[in-house]
Parts: sequence; C-alpha cells; structure tokens
Amino acid sequence: MLKFEQVTKRYPETGDVLRNVSFHLKPGEITFLTGHSGAGKSTILKLIALMERCTRGEIVLDGQKLSTVNERQVPYVRRKMGFIFQDYKLLQSRTVFDNVALPLVIEGYGHHEISRRVRAALDKVGLLGKEKKFPLGLSGGEQQRVGIARAVVNKPPLIIADEPTGNLDPELSAEIMLLFEQFQNVGVTTLIASHDISLIERMHHRVLRLDHGQLVES
Amino acid sequence: MKQIDKYPHKIQVKQDTRQTQKAGGSFTDRLIAWRDQHAQALFSSLGGLFAKPFTSTMTIGVLAIAIALASGFYLVVVNLQQLTGGLEASNQISLFLRDEISETRAKQFADSIRKNTDVQEVNVISKQQAMQEFKNFSGFGDAIDSLEKNPLPIVIEVLPKDALVDKEKLTSLFENFKKATEVDFAQIDLEWVARLQAIVSSARLAAILLSTVLAMAVFFIAGNTIRLEIHNRREEVIIAKLVGATNRFIQRPFLYTGFWIGFLSGVAAWFIVTFMMLILRSSVENLSGLYASEFHLLFFSYFETLTLLATSTLLAVIGSWLVLHIQVKQLKPE
Repeated sequence: MLKFEQVTKRYPETGDVLRNVSFHLKPGEITFLTGHSGAGKSTILKLIALMERCTRGEIVLDGQKLSTVNERQVPYVRRKMGFIFQDYKLLQSRTVFDNVALPLVIEGYGHHEISRRVRAALDKVGLLGKEKKFPLGLSGGEQQRVGIARAVVNKPPLIIADEPTGNLDPELSAEIMLLFEQFQNVGVTTLIASHDISLIERMHHRVLRLDHGQLVES
Repeated sequence: MKQIDKYPHKIQVKQDTRQTQKAGGSFTDRLIAWRDQHAQALFSSLGGLFAKPFTSTMTIGVLAIAIALASGFYLVVVNLQQLTGGLEASNQISLFLRDEISETRAKQFADSIRKNTDVQEVNVISKQQAMQEFKNFSGFGDAIDSLEKNPLPIVIEVLPKDALVDKEKLTSLFENFKKATEVDFAQIDLEWVARLQAIVSSARLAAILLSTVLAMAVFFIAGNTIRLEIHNRREEVIIAKLVGATNRFIQRPFLYTGFWIGFLSGVAAWFIVTFMMLILRSSVENLSGLYASEFHLLFFSYFETLTLLATSTLLAVIGSWLVLHIQVKQLKPE
C-alpha cells in the first residue's frame, strides 16, 4: 500500500532529517510511527501528504511513485488518504455535517450521495444526530471523532493520523484507537504518529521507531 | 537533480488522475454536482458579503465612487458631443454693419447679398429688433431703457446654402462679405463650433485617460479585497488543500466574491450617476430653454448600462483572479 525506498530528506539549513528510510505498509495494517521529537516523524507524514518532496529515494503509494506527481495532481493523490490531526483542524464556522462533507464536496459528489455518506461516517464514529452542531459546542473527544469521520468519509485506502490522541485523556484515546481497529477490518491501512508509549504498548500493532532520522525498529 | 527529472512518467500519471476524478458517480450526477457547486458558491459568496455589511459597504462604496467618476465624466462628454453635433449644421455668418449705415442702405446691401448663388437666406435685424431681443434675454431691461442712444448695430444674418460644406469656399464667401465697406465686423459661427469641438475632443481624451486610471483602481481595489479575504480564511484554505481540494475549487468562492463586488459596485455607480444627472436635469434644461435649443440631457442607455455593469464586473473578476492565482498557490499546509 505504502512503500518507502531508501528515502532521504535533507534541508539546506539542518542537514539530513531522514536518512535511508525504508518500510512497507501492507493493506489493512495498523502501524505506529514513534520516536523522540525531531526524530523525523512529521517529516515522514509530510512526505506522504506531498507537503514536502524527498531529496533521494522513492515513495510509492498504491502503485504510484510520488516523485512523478506534479503540483496539479497533488490534490488527486491526497484524496487517496484521510488525515487526522492532533488539533483536529475543523472549520469552526461550519457545522459538523459540513466539516465531514468537505472531502465529498471537493470531489464533486451529488447532494444525496453526500448526505448518505456523511451520515454513515458519523454513525461509525458515534456522532449521528450531531450534524447540525458546531465544532466548538463539542468536547475534545467528539471533535476528534468529527475529524476521523471527515478522514474516512470518502473511503480512502490510507489513513494518516498525527498524534490523534495527543489532546485526549487515556480513556478517550482508547476509544479512538478502537475506531482505527474497526477501519482495519474493512481493509484500511493506518499510519499513526504518536509518542504515547503506554498506548502503543497496549495495542500490539507494528511499530516503526525513528531515531535521529533513521529507522531503528520496524 | 531530482527537480529536473520530476515528471518522467507524466502520461501514465495523468491516466491515473482521470480515473480518480471519475470516481464520484455517473456523468450526469457529476454535472449536476458541478452546477450545484457553482450555484452554491455564487450565493454563499453573496451571503458572505451580507454577513459583513460594514466591510462590504466600505469596499463597494470606494469602488462605486471610482466607477461613478469615470462613467459620470463619460456621460458629460456624451452630452457635450450631442450639443456640438446639433451645432455643426449652423455655419451662419453674422455681419455687423457700421454705425453710420442707415436702415435703407442696409436693406439694399442685403438685397445684393441675396443675389449671391451660394446664399440660402438673408435676414436683416434692425437696431430696434436687436434692442428688443437684447432686453428680453439679458434681463438688463431697465438699464437699457436709460440709454440715450441705441448702441447696437444693424446685423445681417447670412445663411449659406446647405450644399456649401466645403470649409475653403465658406471662408472665401466670408472673406468676401468682410471686405464690403458697409461691414464693420463679420463673424462666422464655424469658428466657435470648431473651438467647442476641440474642447469636446480634449474632454473625451481626458475621459478616456481618467477611465483607464479609475479602471486600474477598480482592478487593484478588488484584488486587494480578495487578498484580505484569503488572508482571513487562511485556515479554511489550508484544510481544504489537505483534504484534496484543487486550486480551482478553492478559488471559486473567492472569484464569486470578486464578481459580486464588481457587479454591486457597478449598480451603485449607476445609481450615483443617474441621481446626479436627475439633479442636473432641470437646471440644464432651463439653460437650454434660454438658448431656445432642443437639448435634452442624455442618461445611460440600456447598452451603456450593460457595458458599465459588464466592465466593472469583469475588472473586479480579473483583479481577483490574478490575486487568487498567486496567493492560493502560495498557501501551503505545514
């Protein structure tokens, strides 16, 4: 599903942030990406999201080499992934429904299809009935679940989560993780960047550990 | 090195993108969705303007004044042109006779002029007639009554034949009359018509220049408004980019905002100018009545109204589009 082949990322100011990183995520796999801050976790996520390009090596997503994707094609590649953020990144001025519907609106789905899929996604994360609320009227855990519904609403094969439980207490974190495992059952590949060691250890999933830009465990 | 060799498999990737684009249902569904997206952007951007009435009024006010200045000046020039257009035909020659020439001599002189084949009509205005006319129109009635002697000369008005439009022939005819011993002073209207026409053509050039500058103002103001709007909605743009929005999708609502700003400013400018013309109308028509002329103030025609609205809208849209083209590309998620 997602393959890193000898990926190196160098910034002119700071030098190599990633050095010869290689790994392969198989379809339907949940993988944690961990390491100290500055180890290169967020760089890996940025490379996958095409917010940055790698200096050397190749990233292959769903059979497509990311180095061959030009700026105009970036949005279409991004539609194959769902992003989940630590700070949720919801539009505060829009309702829960509109937030979740955004990827579908962007892809040009029809009105009925959007309505149907948004309800299905909200149902999955347990927020059905809160479509008309605004994000600020929800708890942190609920806001994160809106973010998750938005990430999965267009059924992307890959989910990228950046510290998804960073702002949540252990109980809510466990709930969120349970959601990811449900998606795993329908074949979604999930990459979760986290430094919540206790959570990672409890979950018994594959772990990629970064240290100073190099992969030390996979 | 990687940069140069960035898209070696472009064609293959393109096919892939097309597949991704197709993914959202049948063609008709997508067409309807596309139409809905545009309609939604059209009305939500209008709603956005109403949601911030103060900011919108300020922007549209500034734009409307710029457009009103340009189009108002244009309308003044159009009216001036209409005025000179009516005067073009009147190449009348006025001969002011010497003071010592008697009425009978004047009549004989007029008869001699009538024999000239280039002349269509000759009219003698006696001293008394001239005095009466002057009294009526000048409003100095009482002052004139107190004069001991009528200071006005006898005037012979000569209207050359219509066919005589050639300026040289007209001038030679004029020179001919001027040389006559009875004539003290001769005047041909052609000169001030020509002068007026020169003034109008200068005014027209000034109007074009002013309109160009003000059009640029509209362009820049609209662009800057959109720039601020993008800045205010930065978060939204970045989130949309992260979930796979194309630049075109992101630009659409902003472009419609630019459309509305331009259109509404055009409408406001039309009202400003029309309102001012209505105020001017009674006084101008009163003035033209004094000159016994058939002058009616021209307002915007349908075509001019359409042009005004189309131009202001187009300028604002182009201004917005250029800013969007640069800014949306630059906004990147981090």
